[in-house]
Amino acid sequence: MSEEKHHIVPYKTYLVILLVLLVLTFVSIAITNIELGELTVAGALFFATVKTFLVLTYFMHLKYDKPYIRIMVGFVFAIFLVVIIITFLDYYYRA
Amino acid sequence: MQTTNANEEVNYLEYKGKYSGIWGWIFSTDHKRIGLLYLYSIAIMFVVGAFLGLAMKLELIAPGKTIMNAATYNATFTVHGVIMIFMIVIPGLPAVFGNFLMPIMIGAKDVAFPKLNLLSWWLYVAGVLLILTALLFGPGVPDTGWTFYAPYSFKTGTNLLPAIFGAFVLGFSSILTGLNFLVTIHRLRAPGMKWLKLPLFVWTLYGTAWIQLLATPVVGITLVLVSLERVFGIGVFDPVLGGDPVLYQHLFWIYSHPAVYIMILPAMGAISEIIPTFAQKGIFGYKALIISTMAIAFVGYLVWGHHMYTAGMSGTAQYYFSLLTFFVAIPSAIKVFNWISTMYKGSIKLDTPFYWAASFIFVFMIGGLTGLVLGALATNIYVHDTAFVVAHFHFIVFGGVGFSFFGAIHYWYPKIFGKMYDKYWANVGWIVFFIGFMTLYTPMFYLGMQGMPRRYYDYLEEFHGGNILSTFGSWIMITGLVIIITNLIRSARKGEKAGINPWGGKTLEWRVPSPPPLENWDEIPVIGEEESKYF
Ligand SMILES: [Cu+2]
Repeated sequence: MSEEKHHIVPYKTYLVILLVLLVLTFVSIAITNIELGELTVAGALFFATVKTFLVLTYFMHLKYDKPYIRIMVGFVFAIFLVVIIITFLDYYYRA
Repeated sequence: MQTTNANEEVNYLEYKGKYSGIWGWIFSTDHKRIGLLYLYSIAIMFVVGAFLGLAMKLELIAPGKTIMNAATYNATFTVHGVIMIFMIVIPGLPAVFGNFLMPIMIGAKDVAFPKLNLLSWWLYVAGVLLILTALLFGPGVPDTGWTFYAPYSFKTGTNLLPAIFGAFVLGFSSILTGLNFLVTIHRLRAPGMKWLKLPLFVWTLYGTAWIQLLATPVVGITLVLVSLERVFGIGVFDPVLGGDPVLYQHLFWIYSHPAVYIMILPAMGAISEIIPTFAQKGIFGYKALIISTMAIAFVGYLVWGHHMYTAGMSGTAQYYFSLLTFFVAIPSAIKVFNWISTMYKGSIKLDTPFYWAASFIFVFMIGGLTGLVLGALATNIYVHDTAFVVAHFHFIVFGGVGFSFFGAIHYWYPKIFGKMYDKYWANVGWIVFFIGFMTLYTPMFYLGMQGMPRRYYDYLEEFHGGNILSTFGSWIMITGLVIIITNLIRSARKGEKAGINPWGGKTLEWRVPSPPPLENWDEIPVIGEEESKYF
């Protein structure tokens, strides 16, 4: 196990990602000034998704890990998505 | 295969570390000691929960008030449910036998994060104490039922917050155990211990760990929302404020249906270890059992709505949940057929663990088939919230998990304590318990079919006969329980010394001394390519 290579991410990458996250945070606040109606939630969720992706990929090192770990994480999100869809089988079709 | 030669080494029970006495236990990061800490705490809570169940049955021996009033009865079934579900069957087999045996079974010296493992137990104790606080102090014992359904959970005047927070903390304990087991099974398998050589008990722990990790946060968040609703009136579940109480049921069962598989999967795993040992034959359908384990874990996420058919869901959702629920029956049946096929043409040794395993199949079948009655939308409507449901889930949760737990403790007892229990009394305890169990719960199916609602302290005269029989059964069952527990406690001191492998088991735990030394192995075992196609 000790022979496994550990990828070292340069500070610069972390810094760039941090900046991007901060910018996205301000953008997601700024966008609430525009009247988007029903799309407001979608907008907020979109920025949250992009940020989550960045955190998982760089801060949580998924980019440099073995593929099976990425598959497992993907599987988790797939289950999450399915659970949401099923819940809406109730809400969407409720009389 | 190298076997360890650690006979002269001090075993884990006698080992003296930095702390002595009780501190040597509650600060121990040894997975075996932590397993026993769980065993003792679970056993204590089980006695409390069983006592409450006994009291409920006594109340129901006659219509009208017998020994308690309606409010006390409501509190009693709530506390009985919270204790039995959150403190006993959910940690259950993984926390006790998973902790004790899984590292040995995969040829490791401990779990991946021993300190985190100890933290899990501490959190468990903290959760238990929090819930006990809710019972002993404040405006009254919680009376919502173990499901904490909205809107009553934020309307009741009883002391609900500590109980909810306690369940939340118990959830964290469960998540940490799951995480620990996942990493351990991925990273600490001995050389040559391939995935398709893992014992089936380890496979079920693996499936369970995923559920613990992914489903438990949902109930955690839900319980936080109920607390916020109660304290600040945020309006997520409260219809007066525009919330939706059915959303609470969705969120609660998104966790609590998979939680049934947190309970039953490791129970099935233990049965899959016991049956081949006592049939003296390899397990039939090893891969099918693995696939069915993972299939149950996965499909279990998608069927929670079968608890909510009368809650006012959309028709589409009802059809969907009913259909999907039937799919769970398939992998469960695959398991049952594989256990039976393992026994077929085997040379069966009739010993206590086998009796428990065989009766597990019997009660699990009854619980499973009546589960289909409840999964089917049309029949569910008639028996929803009746004694039928109570009978069904006691056959699964107590019959399934309980019988497997007793089977497991009788199977691994010589390994854990290094002593053999008195087999005669163990068998007597089993048969008395089994007869009591059947007498207690079978009448409840009939009562439910006749329309007796659950959670009522009173009933109509026509239900009297069945209830007398059921109460009578509870006395037989408790007698069996006393015999079993007395025998096990007594034998831990006075039992005969047990050898390394008293049953002729094939898995790795039967290659370390009984009881095992501190770090299990002097040298990590290497599993040869040809050695035992699987364990
Ligand atoms: Cu369910």
